[in-house]
Amino acid sequence: MSDYIYLFRTTPDARRAAMGSPELAQQSMQRWLAWLRDLETKGHVKDRGQPLENEGKLVRGSKKVITDGPFPEVKDLVAGFMIVQARDIAQAAELAKGCPILEGDGAVEVRPVMQMNF
Amino acid sequence: MQLDEHLFRRESARMVAALTRIFGVHNLSLAEDVVQDAFCRALEVWKVRGVPDNPSAWLMATAKNRALDVIRRERTATTFAPELSRMFDSEWTLAPVVDEAFASEVIRDEQLRMMFSCCDPRLKEEVQIALVLNILCGFGAQEIAAAFLAGRAAVEKRIARGKQSLATSQRLFDLTDDDVADRLPVVQRALYLLFNEGYHSASADTVVRTEMCREAIRLTELLAADARTGTPATCALAALMCLHAARLPARITGAGELSALSDQDRSTWDASLIAHGLALLDRSARGADVSVYHLEAAIAAAHVQAPSVEGTDWHTVVELYDRLLALAPSPVVALNRAVAVAQRDGEDSGIAELEAIGDAERLAAYPFYRAAFAELELRRGRTAEAREHFEAAMRLARNAAERRFFQKRLGCCGSA
Repeated sequence: MSDYIYLFRTTPDARRAAMGSPELAQQSMQRWLAWLRDLETKGHVKDRGQPLENEGKLVRGSKKVITDGPFPEVKDLVAGFMIVQARDIAQAAELAKGCPILEGDGAVEVRPVMQMNF
Repeated sequence: MQLDEHLFRRESARMVAALTRIFGVHNLSLAEDVVQDAFCRALEVWKVRGVPDNPSAWLMATAKNRALDVIRRERTATTFAPELSRMFDSEWTLAPVVDEAFASEVIRDEQLRMMFSCCDPRLKEEVQIALVLNILCGFGAQEIAAAFLAGRAAVEKRIARGKQSLATSQRLFDLTDDDVADRLPVVQRALYLLFNEGYHSASADTVVRTEMCREAIRLTELLAADARTGTPATCALAALMCLHAARLPARITGAGELSALSDQDRSTWDASLIAHGLALLDRSARGADVSVYHLEAAIAAAHVQAPSVEGTDWHTVVELYDRLLALAPSPVVALNRAVAVAQRDGEDSGIAELEAIGDAERLAAYPFYRAAFAELELRRGRTAEAREHFEAAMRLARNAAERRFFQKRLGCCGSA
């Protein structure tokens, strides 16, 4: 088993749609909890990650410019992350198919964590 | 851990009430933003740290903290609730005032005031109802549109129109100073229509419709519990809703199929809701006032206290319909009365009453008008006529459940 990081990406519109009414928000919540529960019982969850605030800052370039961000016009926001354990990246990607963020316009970016086997 | 069904929707209504008290009704959209923010935070945090033991308390605490943030950040630039704005300037008074706004009795009071504000007679009834459903019950425009068989854009327009009107009113209706007696009938009517939508709606979404009935009952009971608004008519309205709602499980089966009164399994009627409704009916009998709600509740009580269709006191039911017709004439009431007359006096009298309904053209698109003829003709043994009427009813059916129901009845007419 190796570690993979899931970067959850979504758009402001998709997030607004998923949370559009209290009923929809609760259904979204229930879908996430079900998916996470499933991953956990199968032993795939290494680290549930951390909840992120919506605001933030962007520090960019050699000029070290600090701007407010992420911007509302940004198409792809990192909404959160989590670390899973899987046999290989194919399985990690397959497991990500159950993620509710995909129902809207979202995506799960799957990145292997480097193994240091010396 | 499983969340209570509709927890978010119920809590959103309570959070909006508390936040409107703090921010002022002119800042309703700010209140709604804070609520949505609370749900977003809940999603992010509960995913990582699990669902808290008391999810409602967590949501309310989050909304409260966001409210404090907003006030501290904006108090120099924005005016919040005029009655409270002095209290926001000092940290000593800010937190207690915000705390108090989230107390249960204060939330109930705010909801009453909001109900009265939403039911402004200058607004069309459909706008009042959409506002109540959106602000007081936490339904989104799409959910309301689905239940009302209306377009989502049309419902969004209604809600926007209503909120515009609310925003200009400076403050919520004041139950101490403003004219409660004047506004109360408007509120009662809006809740009555709301319940009706849930009960009779042709929409196939049974979950939302059942929830609408529940919400109508909850709001009417809120009205009935307050001395200023708990008049006999309010109690009668609450009674009639409970007595109808008690029979809902039998009226629509688990499979979503409609069921005729004679076929309904009375053991599935909600006995405690019936008892509750009858107690409310008792309360409504104080005083001389006999409203439309009193009469409808009494009719529902007659049905609910009968062991069967045959065992129902049809004499009393017809008398009640006579009085209802005199007080508030309508072709649907006349139709229901005709059906009752048929039970009391036989099919021939029933058919005569159906034919005698004035302005029956208003019933032309109502499938149950033709169905009433069909049932009586069937009982008279005139199967050809019955079949014709059932076929007409099927053509007028407004959804699949109604169509299937009439199809089944058609099957009882034997082969051609």
